[in-house]
Amino acid sequence: MTMTLTINGAEHRVDAEPDTPLLYVLRDDLGLNGAKYGCGLGQCGACTVHVDGRPVFSCLTPVAAVQGRRVTTVEGLGSPGNLGPLQQAFEQEQAAQCGYCIAGMIMRAQALLDRGGPISDADIRNHMQTNLCRCGTHMRILRAVRRAVDATGARTSSLEAKP
Amino acid sequence: MTRSLDTLSRRSFLSTGLTAGALVVGFSMVPRAFAQLAGGGEGGPGPKVVAPNLPGSLKSAPMLDSWIRIDANGAVTVFTGKVELGQGIKTALIQVAAEELDVPPARVTLVTADTARTPDEGLTAGSHSMQDSGTAILNAAANVRMLLARKAAESWGVAEDAVTTTGDGRLAGPGGRSAPYGEVAAALSLHVEAVPDAPRRDPAQYRTMGRDLPRVDIPAKLAGGAAYIQDMRLPGMLHARVVRGPSVGTRLEPLAIAEVAAMPGVVTVVQDGSFVAIVAEREWTAVKALRRIQTAKAVRSAPPLPNGGVVEALKALPSRDIVIQDGPDTPATPAHTVKARYTRPWLSHGSIGPSCSLALFQDGKLTVWTHSQGTFDVRRVAAQLVGLPEEDVHAIHVEGAGCYGQNGADDVSADAALIARHVPGRPIRLQWMREQEFGWEPLGPGMVTELEASLGPDKRIAAWRHEVWSNPHNNRPVGAGGVLAGGEIPNPFPVPEGKPIPMPEGDGSRNSVPLYDLPNLHVVYHFLKDMPIRVSALRSLGAHLNVFSIESMFDELAKAGGIDPLDLRLAHMVDERGRDVIATVAERFGWRGRPRPDGRRGCGLAFARYKNLGAYCAVAMEVEVERETGRIRVRRAVAAVDCGQAASPDGVRNQVEGGIVQSISWTSREAMSFDAERRTGFDWSAYPILRFKDVPDSVAVHVMDRPGQPFLGTAEAAQGPAAAALANAVADATGVRLRDMPLSPERVRAAVGVI
Ligand code: FES
Ligand code: FES
Repeated sequence: MTMTLTINGAEHRVDAEPDTPLLYVLRDDLGLNGAKYGCGLGQCGACTVHVDGRPVFSCLTPVAAVQGRRVTTVEGLGSPGNLGPLQQAFEQEQAAQCGYCIAGMIMRAQALLDRGGPISDADIRNHMQTNLCRCGTHMRILRAVRRAVDATGARTSSLEAKP
Repeated sequence: MTRSLDTLSRRSFLSTGLTAGALVVGFSMVPRAFAQLAGGGEGGPGPKVVAPNLPGSLKSAPMLDSWIRIDANGAVTVFTGKVELGQGIKTALIQVAAEELDVPPARVTLVTADTARTPDEGLTAGSHSMQDSGTAILNAAANVRMLLARKAAESWGVAEDAVTTTGDGRLAGPGGRSAPYGEVAAALSLHVEAVPDAPRRDPAQYRTMGRDLPRVDIPAKLAGGAAYIQDMRLPGMLHARVVRGPSVGTRLEPLAIAEVAAMPGVVTVVQDGSFVAIVAEREWTAVKALRRIQTAKAVRSAPPLPNGGVVEALKALPSRDIVIQDGPDTPATPAHTVKARYTRPWLSHGSIGPSCSLALFQDGKLTVWTHSQGTFDVRRVAAQLVGLPEEDVHAIHVEGAGCYGQNGADDVSADAALIARHVPGRPIRLQWMREQEFGWEPLGPGMVTELEASLGPDKRIAAWRHEVWSNPHNNRPVGAGGVLAGGEIPNPFPVPEGKPIPMPEGDGSRNSVPLYDLPNLHVVYHFLKDMPIRVSALRSLGAHLNVFSIESMFDELAKAGGIDPLDLRLAHMVDERGRDVIATVAERFGWRGRPRPDGRRGCGLAFARYKNLGAYCAVAMEVEVERETGRIRVRRAVAAVDCGQAASPDGVRNQVEGGIVQSISWTSREAMSFDAERRTGFDWSAYPILRFKDVPDSVAVHVMDRPGQPFLGTAEAAQGPAAAALANAVADATGVRLRDMPLSPERVRAAVGVI
């Protein structure tokens, strides 16, 4: 079946079975590396992308369901040579070991940043709970997200009062 | 990624891989033969030592052009037999090379393990990369800089010591003479053996080493660059999935092969003995075909799995008792004696990305792209498995997700090679599914220790006995018998018998000898060669449980004798650097002024020098135990690590932070579950690991400044100390000693109860 998808602002025509998870279409048909296969079960978050601005597990999202909706992948936030603000925060904190989880982490965190409003440390942890990292890079990931949050001025006053 | 259809043979590399004016005139490989402990003793016998007087891997690859090449334009290429596993080794090795060559790091390109291009340095394992390859590159670079200076001096007619390097890839001499490296290099051959005493740069003048260079691999990982083997797409590539039972030792029946082969988009179903794989044009087709076949019934084809716990399972196995330390004995009058048994269950490596490999068989030659830790072993295994001479197999390392030991990487590469052999001319990309990684990979071995230790009336330790029961941790495949596919083809290869790694590296015995100065010390390794559960190396091997046991016992004795755990350790540590990291962690943590235990909050510390020859690492933790739920909350963790000269201090911090968090996960919640038929931990809900809400509030790592000191392997150093610090803090908080991992909420709650 031929479908038209809007990925990172550009339209793409793809020919795939409608039940194909968006993850495989992104990776295999469109050559986008950001979303990763981790579990295919909605348990790890490695495949996280945004659909109409909300984070979803692309491993569980049939491609047919995103026709006519806006899909954003980590490639849409910046490129290796021109990182976006949240990606820059990860680079400044050197928040990766193997990094296999990181594109999903960034997309998950970006949804929190996009939500706006005050964001506490506990909010960040709660929000990131869906995503797994096996290398134990959690502390750096939290620092990177906080750095990006601070840069947007969305930090809560109660946190600022904390030592 | 570009397609490399013709297998790059050594000969074609020699004729085409060199640019005019390049310094390299050939590349040097040495024959492989008998043992040294490259890669920490894991894998087969390492590459043959041909120059025992040289440092690091120069011992087995002494020619400078095996390691370094300088093009006429001054570009530097450095070759390593080690691989990037997410530990940051690429960046660290670039820093090492840049420092000793005295060039900007941006000038250096690093080529990692590739059987056609780099030296064989054995496995990237055992925290050996800086010791083996870092040391080799450091000294090779010093040799090259010396030769460049000598050549410049000769052509300028000045004394050699009048020539200096200026850090920008130029040589400078008296009277304002100056020449770029590329120009001098063009007149020089590096096809010469290294000398052991090439002058090294003064650590006080270091420009690159010891600084936090941003990791070269990170930007691509943040923005969807091609960073992983999973991201390779070769022209004409087909997607494969392997068909096996849900767990090692099971098979599916009946297999709906004809039905699946007829599915649109399925190219073929490869059958070779009991090896079965689906090959399709599209990945999703391969997955759907696999799911159809997997509706079959699983039948156990191997003996039943052991039931009961790790103690029953291991103690039922025949043991070969290896005496590791036997006294000397001196008369002792114990005032307090503590006996305790500590256990660890089987653990999964739990890589976030299931294992993946690509392979192409064309014109009689096989190319395998692999994220295995042993690229050269992948070649040996694939050659044997598909029946090709080794020279017709080219293995290239491409990074995968973190593996932390032998996960499915070697198996999946063998699978891909075998499939490719049946489907010539088309590149095959094979990725295991999540449940396949959990069900098939070798697990980190379950282990048991029993310790008995005494405190004398003088409050010093009077005797110490440590016994450890373990399967071999080193079942790294060095031939086709070591991979799953090797047992499935007709005329299968037998699974090789497990062997222990001799001390001082050890495997189940790793770190079983305390670094402390202890009288009447006895250590025995009950080596269990029969493996009812498929196991192999998991980060730190036996050190995780051995250090957990030793450092728990220190606190048990300290409690029995009413001694502060810090004082008991310092009283028995004579190694100055060991004392230093313990004292440093105590100071940074504020050990003397720590909050006193109140039934919920408590503190613990622990120490080990990895393998008693790698990095020194001490960890202190403050925990809060929710008695109602049994949940352990780590408030803060502080570590001090001495790894000799740190090439990249932030790289060391990153590794140690990660090691602490991972070890907390292993120690507090992980265990592979089984029934008689199969592993029952097949996904992240059945095998949960630490998530964000459970990681410490803070982790701080202090890297000791050791300018110019030899590199000491760091990557695994925190696993044991972090585990023991956690148990010690829980014991301090609650007064209850937990000796069986995992210290899960259920166990903690059952043991401590509600106040
Ligand atoms: S791959 Fe989608 S949640 Fe794990
Ligand atoms: S950095 Fe390796 S899984 Fe997160």
